[in-house]
Amino acid sequence: MRYSGFRVLQQALTGHKGWQPAWRDPAPKPRYDIVIIGGGGHGLATAYYLARQFGQANIAVLEKGWIGGGNVGRNTTIIRSNYMLDGNEPFYEFSLKLWEGLEQDFNYNAMVSQRGILNLIHSDAQRDAFTRRGNAMILNGADAELLTAEQVRREYPFLNFDNARFPIKGGLAQRRGGTVRHDAVAWGYARGADSRGVDIIQNCEVTGFRIENGTCLGVETSRGFIGAGKVGVAVAGNSSRMMAKAGMRLPIESHVLQAFVTEGLKPVLPGVITFGAGHFYCSQSDKGGLVFGGDLDGYNSYAQRGNLPVVEDVAEGGMALFPGLGRVRLLRMWGGIMDMSMDGSPIIDRTHIDGLYFNGGWCYGGFKATPASGWCFAHLLATDTPHPTATAYRFDRFKRGRMIDEKGMGAQPNLH
Amino acid sequence: MIINHPLLGPCDAQEFTYLGDASLIDRPDGMADGADAAFHDYLYLRDNPAGLHRELWFHEQGDRSWLVVTRDTVTHDITSVELARDVARAKGRSA
Ligand SMILES: Cc1cc2nc3c(=O)[nH]c(=O)nc-3n(C[C@H](O)[C@H](O)[C@H](O)COP(=O)(O)OP(=O)(O)OC[C@H]3O[C@@H](n4cnc5c(N)ncnc54)[C@H](O)[C@@H]3O)c2cc1C
Repeated sequence: MRYSGFRVLQQALTGHKGWQPAWRDPAPKPRYDIVIIGGGGHGLATAYYLARQFGQANIAVLEKGWIGGGNVGRNTTIIRSNYMLDGNEPFYEFSLKLWEGLEQDFNYNAMVSQRGILNLIHSDAQRDAFTRRGNAMILNGADAELLTAEQVRREYPFLNFDNARFPIKGGLAQRRGGTVRHDAVAWGYARGADSRGVDIIQNCEVTGFRIENGTCLGVETSRGFIGAGKVGVAVAGNSSRMMAKAGMRLPIESHVLQAFVTEGLKPVLPGVITFGAGHFYCSQSDKGGLVFGGDLDGYNSYAQRGNLPVVEDVAEGGMALFPGLGRVRLLRMWGGIMDMSMDGSPIIDRTHIDGLYFNGGWCYGGFKATPASGWCFAHLLATDTPHPTATAYRFDRFKRGRMIDEKGMGAQPNLH
Repeated sequence: MIINHPLLGPCDAQEFTYLGDASLIDRPDGMADGADAAFHDYLYLRDNPAGLHRELWFHEQGDRSWLVVTRDTVTHDITSVELARDVARAKGRSA
């Protein structure tokens, strides 16, 4: 069923009796050409593009819980392409371009809102660094705009410009950045994939791989063995646990990242802002809540909840930048498990096992990557060659000294 | 989280910085054959288990000792704390 304004009107006049489930609930078949493990944003997008772009039929997505219950439903919904390094920026800009046409493409309202993102500048050295980043973005076909403090003040008059320690000296704006309704991304891709014949199988945990003579023949699941021509793994924070079943150790640590949302307010914050002197970023959801977050907790975790020191740190960052926040009540806070890679950049690659492919290491920035990650992983699965924007995301880059370390932090995942 | 320091008693985890898996104590011999491969694995690959994890914490705002903390990554429950020096010595790695 296609969704449209006309459809809403028609349903309104007929008592909303004609809506159908947005995707089926099929039982697993004994074998698929391609099995995707993980019904998060990346797994669902991969299945969608495999069917829609690469002409594959006979695909399943296996999800241990419900689709959208992982990080795709836990993130702070920011999209942007303000990266600097060659291995990253073309990929993230490809992703931003896909976001721009996504809702028409999959016929679902994902509330893509290009309200702009503004990275604040607090020192001369930071202005130099952001100027360089902005130029790298423009060279890669993205948009970037350097703002003076006065220009920032016009758009965000309530920020703490004259903080004695961290005065605001300007900002790097990407007007095409913004936010997207995260759950709707999972649902839109799921519906789009399902309508093209993809089986989305929930409550189906993959417990192991069947590997013979170096070839992956399928997966063992809580609902029995499922054969597969190719298996693509996209399980985000659970990447190490999953790949350990294939005998692999990954350049990844799992860390918890927390996020927060306040009570609903009238519109106060027009775009996304990030503090350049501490770790704090904030946007306002369409329901009115201020959505914000900051640093990782900093230790390995699979707990989907964090501890209080980071809550305090985030609150302090928020107060330093945006003092009005102090009067607002917090409604909810939660955590998600990040697949933090050793250089802060992702992996989309084959493994040494035939028929087994991997997508992970997204750190805290994989939501914005969802469309391109799905497209590039589908490209790899369908053609056995990397997509031109994802050629740097290889496993062996650590061995070959070709790390993609945006922050220059080295092999220390909690610092990326 | 409270880390029960073997010398100082219970301390807030906030006083510490975190390095990672305690296998980082087992630094390979840079002069041995195959050192480049050993260093790749040492520097970049991790077990990253869900469950008990032995890991290095540095008491930066305390006595500046390195500790090996055994902690459950699923519950954050800390089950044992040792001085990293003792652990390294037991392996014959520290004076
Ligand atoms: C608090 C927070 C804030 C964030 N903010 C942003 C942001 O503002 N911008 C941004 O770009 N990114 C952000 N991120 C990161 C982003 O959410 C993730 O990088 C991205 O969602 C990961 O990809 P995914 O959607 O496929 O993951 P997930 O949704 O986690 O999908 C993985 C799925 O795999 C399933 N799975 C795991 N193991 C198995 C198994 N054995 N068998 C079957 N299924 C399995 C899980 O149940 C899960 O549903 C944030 C993350 C968090 C936690």
